[in-house]
This record gives sequence, C-alpha cells and structure tokens, in this order.
Amino acid sequence: MNEMNDIAQTIAQVDGLAKILAYSALGAGVAMIAGLGPGIGQGYAAGKCTEAVGRQPEAAGQLTQTMLLGQAVAETTGIYALVIAIILIFANPLVGVFTKAVEVLTR
Amino acid sequence: MSEQAMEVRYKFNFGGREIQFVEPIEREPAFMNNTLYELNIFGTKVGITETIQNTWIIMGVLILFALFIRVGIKKFQDVPKGFQNFIEFMVESFTNFTKVTMGSHNLKFASFYMSMFLFILFSNLSGLFNLRPPTADIATTFALSLTTFMMIHSFGILTKGLSKYVKDFFKPMFLLFPINVIGELAVPVSLAFRLFGNIIGGSIIMVLVYSIPFWPLKIVGVPALLHTYFDLFAGVIQAFIFVMLSMTFVSNAIEHSES
Repeated sequence: MNEMNDIAQTIAQVDGLAKILAYSALGAGVAMIAGLGPGIGQGYAAGKCTEAVGRQPEAAGQLTQTMLLGQAVAETTGIYALVIAIILIFANPLVGVFTKAVEVLTR
Repeated sequence: MSEQAMEVRYKFNFGGREIQFVEPIEREPAFMNNTLYELNIFGTKVGITETIQNTWIIMGVLILFALFIRVGIKKFQDVPKGFQNFIEFMVESFTNFTKVTMGSHNLKFASFYMSMFLFILFSNLSGLFNLRPPTADIATTFALSLTTFMMIHSFGILTKGLSKYVKDFFKPMFLLFPINVIGELAVPVSLAFRLFGNIIGGSIIMVLVYSIPFWPLKIVGVPALLHTYFDLFAGVIQAFIFVMLSMTFVSNAIEHSES
C-alpha cells in the first residue's frame, strides 16, 4: 500500500513539473502575440513619416528624429511582452514555487 | 558526461528504487550572464559576472580612446584635417543634436550625454567582438536609467523649487496624484526594459541561429547579415533612442519651470 502511494506521488510530481514547463512555453508563445501591436503602430508611424518627407524633403532630419522617438515609445509594450516571454522560458519562477511546495508537502 | 558534472535536481522514491532527476551544472545557454570568477572578500562571496568583466573592458577602451585624443590635442591645428576632422565632426554633431532636443540653454548636458551615448554604443557593438554585451543585463540598463530618473527629479527640484515640484504631481486634478506617481516611476522601468529587451532579444536570436545544425546557414553570409541588423542597426538605434529619450525627459523637467 505504501509502495503504491509512493508511485502515485512520483507520477503526480513529474506530471506537475511537465505541466508547468509545457504551459510556460505555451504562455511565452502567447505573450509574443503582443508583437502585433507595436508592429502595426511603428509601421503606421513610418508610413506617415514617409508621406511627410515626400511633402517636405528639407525637413527629413527632424522628421526622422521625431519618428524614432515615437516608435521607441510605441515599442514599449512589445518589449514588455518579450521580457515576460524570456522570464517564462529562461528564468521560470513557477518551477521554484513547485519544487518548494513538493518539499513542504513530502516532508 | 561524467557523474560529477551532473547535479541532482529532484529525488523521488519510486517503489523502493530511488529515482534521480539529474541535469548538467553548466546548463546556462551562451547568452546567460555567467559567473566567471568568485572572489572571497572577508568571508562574503562576490561573483564576477561576464557583465562586470565586459563593462571594464569597454571602459578601458573608452579611456584609452580619450587619452589618445588628449595626447593628440597638442598637435591639433586651427584648420582640421584627418583624425582631428573626425573628432571635431563627432563633438560638433552631438552638440547640435543636444541643441535640437534640449534647447540652446542646456548645452552643458552635451558632454555628459555624449559619454553616456558612447558607453551604450560600445556596449551594444561589443557583441560583434564575441563579448556578451553588458547592456544585455538588466542591472546595467537599470543603472543607466536610474541616472536619468535621478536627473529628472533633482533638476526638477533645483529649477522649479520644491513647492512647485510637489504641486506638479497634483496637476490637472487632485485625484490624479497616484497616476502621476506611477507615470513617473514607469519612466526608468520602460527605459531600462527597452534597451535590455532589444539587446538580449538580438543575442538570443544570434545564439539560436548559431545552434542550428545546418552548415550553409553559418558560412554563406547569413550570420553577417543578422549581425548587421541585430548588433549594428539595433545597437546604434537603441543607444541613440536611450540618450534622446533621457534628454527629452530631463529637458521637459527643466523647461516647465521657465515657461
């Protein structure tokens, strides 16, 4: 009976770890959908800047600088998503929580 | 792999038999911040990471560059040519850039921001020399953006006076105070994460490309093309944007007082 308990416990632990890793990888992929927003926004800004340079070629330097500033701010959401994806894959905090919980429960 | 190189991560008792989940100790990918040496200072262990080593290398290069120019100044002439031309072009274009973004009354910031720009630029470009860029570490970028944060608020207090500085937090309405505070706190976070995310994203993609087991990808100029984009283009643009945003924030903090 005790042996069966151990086996069940082991399977539960391995299963839990695998689930956490799988869903983390999935979550990282889903987080990167946020890349859509900055892509659309930056493309829109670049298109408008091209129009403006076509209309006023002498102001190209100032326009490019303003465009870059706006694009940098628009990029922030995409970068946040990237950081979350990197954390989920390379520095997953949930695995630590899980191993700690297992340690406490099996003590 | 030998037994010693493995580390027991999880241990389970599987029906009387012991099951060990082992994994190699050196599991960090190439782009992670590895600890190279460990110093023992009065019983406290201090790890010297790759970031610290590469930061010192870059600082050394910049200091040598500056000394080289300082020695060369003796030979500088009124009519520039050659190397002097290049140096004067660099300094003058950055001064003009400062004039455009911060106004001509803030020209004293040009020297500070040029050194910041050169440090970030050299850090981003160090990926081309097989160094791990120091800016691919959140600690470096956060230190740089905290400099901007301190400058925004100290110059805000110095030029506006404390009472007007505090009043600005309650600006359109009294109720908006928490939102203003969060907005101010988000500035260094977004600055740091922008630089960090761009550089580490580039280095992760480069490591992934190099680890593809398909040799034509590694010789037919594909890495060169990717390095041009991720290291040269993104590196220069991000260094430029970091400095430009810092300048805009600081000049905003100063200019509100003068209008």
